[in-house]
Amino acid sequence: MSTYKFKPYNVGRWVIWSMFAIVLICAPLVFTSNLSGTILAQMGIAIIACLSYNILLGQGGMLSFGHAVYTGLGSFVAIHALNTISAGQLNIPVSLIPLVGGFAGIGFAVLLGYVTTKKAGTPFAMITLGVAELVFAMSLMFSEFFGGEAGISGNRVAGQAFWGITFGPQTQVYYLIAIYTFICVAIMYAFTQTPLGRILNAVRDNPERVEFIGYNTQRVRYFAFIIAGFFAGISGGLGALNFEIVTAEVVGAGRSGGYLLFTFLGGATFFFGPIIGGILMVLAFVLLSELTKAWLLYLGLLFLFMVMYAPGGIASLIMMNLRVASFGKLKQIWVSYLGLFVTSFIALIGAGAMIEMVYHLQLNATLGDTLKFMGATLNVKSVDSWFGSTFVMLTGLGLFEVLRRQFLIEWSDIQIEIEKEIKRRETA
Amino acid sequence: MSYALELKDLRKNFGKTEIIRGANLAVNAGERVAIIGPNGAGKSTLFNLISGRFGPSSGEILLNGQNIEHKTPFEINRMGLSRSFQITNIFPKLSVFENLRCAVLWSLGYKYTFLKFLSGLKDANDLTEKYMEMIRLDKKRDLLAMNLTYAEQRALEIGITIAGGSNVILLDEPTSGMSKSETSRFINLIKEVTVGKTLLTVEHDMGVVFGLADKIAVVVYGEVIAFDTPEAVRSNVKVQEAYLGSHVADAQVGGH
Repeated sequence: MSTYKFKPYNVGRWVIWSMFAIVLICAPLVFTSNLSGTILAQMGIAIIACLSYNILLGQGGMLSFGHAVYTGLGSFVAIHALNTISAGQLNIPVSLIPLVGGFAGIGFAVLLGYVTTKKAGTPFAMITLGVAELVFAMSLMFSEFFGGEAGISGNRVAGQAFWGITFGPQTQVYYLIAIYTFICVAIMYAFTQTPLGRILNAVRDNPERVEFIGYNTQRVRYFAFIIAGFFAGISGGLGALNFEIVTAEVVGAGRSGGYLLFTFLGGATFFFGPIIGGILMVLAFVLLSELTKAWLLYLGLLFLFMVMYAPGGIASLIMMNLRVASFGKLKQIWVSYLGLFVTSFIALIGAGAMIEMVYHLQLNATLGDTLKFMGATLNVKSVDSWFGSTFVMLTGLGLFEVLRRQFLIEWSDIQIEIEKEIKRRETA
Repeated sequence: MSYALELKDLRKNFGKTEIIRGANLAVNAGERVAIIGPNGAGKSTLFNLISGRFGPSSGEILLNGQNIEHKTPFEINRMGLSRSFQITNIFPKLSVFENLRCAVLWSLGYKYTFLKFLSGLKDANDLTEKYMEMIRLDKKRDLLAMNLTYAEQRALEIGITIAGGSNVILLDEPTSGMSKSETSRFINLIKEVTVGKTLLTVEHDMGVVFGLADKIAVVVYGEVIAFDTPEAVRSNVKVQEAYLGSHVADAQVGGH
């Protein structure tokens, strides 16, 4: 399950990659608004970043708390390169700026990664945390390079236009990002099929044993770290082009935490998991944060829920259900799924009402005692509202728990049936 | 002519405790050696020293005439020595095929390359298939190692150990935890896959020892007190005193 394969047959692989390309090409034709334009561009950037992070987390078993160091420093170097082009001192096309970011990523990964990858496991995680803090502290010290509070801004319409492409309009930037996304995803997938990529999986599984089959685990980690740094840098460089401004926040702990969280949510055990994670990351940061002030809290709840009940992330949920579906057993449990969905939604409404009321009390008390929540008017000073939302939440939770237990029984029955089916086919 | 493996006055301290106290051993190429001894005699420590897991406190280890006592495990492995573990030590989330392929990659010179596809490495894939048949796991090719039975995992452990093509093989209690019938089948397997290689194995089961070994080395309190053919070792007075004698002594204490 955790070998990084889409499908064993090449036909399937062609279909999937073509579909991926078509989605990238057609997305801006379907979602035409300004907002969706920037969202799509950011998704491409996030996908590359999360996939590069998963080279460490999912494929190498390296829990990094400082991946934003490499995306962020890639961004800074890229924006400086862009400004040098604008000043006429550098003559490379703007479309290669992300590669500049990528090489910056390699440079910093070679330098900082040497120390980081000396250790594995918990010490590795600690060192990444230390390096991240170090770089963030430096970003406040060296304002020439990091631009201080205001950051560094640039203008992507620089140098000579190539075939009339100036990168002024958002669409042109989107397609540049889409091309980079496609190529980077393809290369990172290819990486999982190479000797180094496979030995990296072995190092994740059992580093001690790898030492006894001729490989230096430290060097395997180091090389993987540099490769992850390269793609992180490309992602950072694309970010610099997209936003035309880079602030110290891009190397911050919050950004690093975001990569970890969403790579995990998407699913670190499958190659395509972080792609889902990257898409979710942008949706959460752009849309969810517009919807509610308490969005980080909801995100935290979701993360908690996933770690406890689906540690393989969304990708593993998909793959598990595909397996069930391929044996034609999905129809046995879809009613349970519906029930789980409805009850968890009810619980969420109750919890959401309370969370929103608390936020209202703390932040918007001057706007009066009432707030609108999903069409209902809640009064933060009234017992009824609190009692009502508590009741809704507890009812939802209770029903959810009952259904969950029922579901687990059904699920394990189905797994047993599938095992039997496999045995039967083997002997047949 | 140099020995395949030679230990010269090898010593190892853990803190103030001396575990290996001047071990000497010289194994000719192609010999099958069983290392026996009471619990805590230092058999596994000896393997750990030879394979580079620990560095010795003093003394020399020579592999085909070259000093290896200060080398890392992967350097020693590249020089042609490979070992298995008493507690199964495989790659649980990789398939049987991938487990074995990882083990052949270095010996075929692929090193850390990321510019070649695994599927295109015909020599590595063919060799992997060959080893997979050898250890009778070709029917479990795509099963994750963690889903194998215990005996299959032990076979995979041996497979990973021999797949790198090393000439000196160290097996640490290869049959531990196996049933009688599994053990006898397994001994035949070990004999088969280590043809022409120098084999050192730690074993408790005397049936395995006499079935497998050309020579027996007896380790007691961190020293090799005897190293000879099975018959000679059986009649060795020192061995009887130190190793078998302890049982006699125990029985006498129990009798009074």
